[in-house]
Amino acid sequence: MSEQELKSGPLEYQTEDGQLKIIGFWIFLAAELALFATLFATYAVLFGRTADGPTPGELFEAKSALIMTFLLLTSSFTCGIAIHEMRRGSKKGLITWLIITLILGLAFLGFEVDEFITYVHEGATIQTSAFWSGFFILTGTHGLHVTLGVGWATMILIQLFRRGITKVTSRKIFVVGLYWHFLDVVWIFIFTSVYLIGMVM
Amino acid sequence: MAEQSKKIPTQHIIGFALSVILTIIAAWTALGSDLSTTWIITGIMVLAVLQAAIQLFMFMHITEKGVGNAPWNMIFHGFVIVAIIVAGSLFTMSYGFGHDMNDMDNDNMDMEHMEHMEQDN
Repeated sequence: MSEQELKSGPLEYQTEDGQLKIIGFWIFLAAELALFATLFATYAVLFGRTADGPTPGELFEAKSALIMTFLLLTSSFTCGIAIHEMRRGSKKGLITWLIITLILGLAFLGFEVDEFITYVHEGATIQTSAFWSGFFILTGTHGLHVTLGVGWATMILIQLFRRGITKVTSRKIFVVGLYWHFLDVVWIFIFTSVYLIGMVM
Repeated sequence: MAEQSKKIPTQHIIGFALSVILTIIAAWTALGSDLSTTWIITGIMVLAVLQAAIQLFMFMHITEKGVGNAPWNMIFHGFVIVAIIVAGSLFTMSYGFGHDMNDMDNDNMDMEHMEHMEQDN
């Protein structure tokens, strides 16, 4: 990014208020990293502490984990396209891609809920063992974040319909976009260290 | 501004293609390859870090400057904290304990070990 671009740059950076709020959101994301780090650490420490309950290897399925990963990965991509469209000044493109993103996010949540129900039916609840407590807290916290993200983005979508792309709405969309990509970053680590490692060990 | 008015978001498409490829490689490494468990875990963790980097640089515009280099600093320090918490917890809580559940002897040994520790306390 050259200096010149900064001055005339994207709409969301053009006011000091917008810049500060974007920086503030990065601080929030760094704090979120610390939150998820503690949950990952708990999960890692409790790994294998399955008591008499089912083991991860018995319940994890490569297929559903991969479907969830691709849903969230694609939604992160469409969200990136939405921001791209916003910077081109296309309200229609922005709304279209944002709605696609939300649908993919909801599909992801559907799969996650379905997966939790399956596990509970197979005898792995949050109370079954330390391992499953760690698992449900970690993936559940991520799922809760996705749910909040969907609600948040929906409300901003309503503002966008009413006010169009302004310095304020563009900043809000950029921030919710950062949040959405961040959730994908967290999911990549859940996919790798929970599902893949759970199936290997 | 030339980059912003482009119709095709090249950077995003490349980023997306790379993440899909890395996911497939990671899944194959874990489920289809003959590598040892240690190498699989090391390999897929490296792939996950690469994917996170793709998200940060290609989708999240982490290098864009608002006020100074703040985003970059925040996330860098965030990841340092993540590494310390996760690796530190694993080291202090699991050092010397087997994670292998199929090995009953190992499990029993852990149990004895834990009981010892409780008595010591």
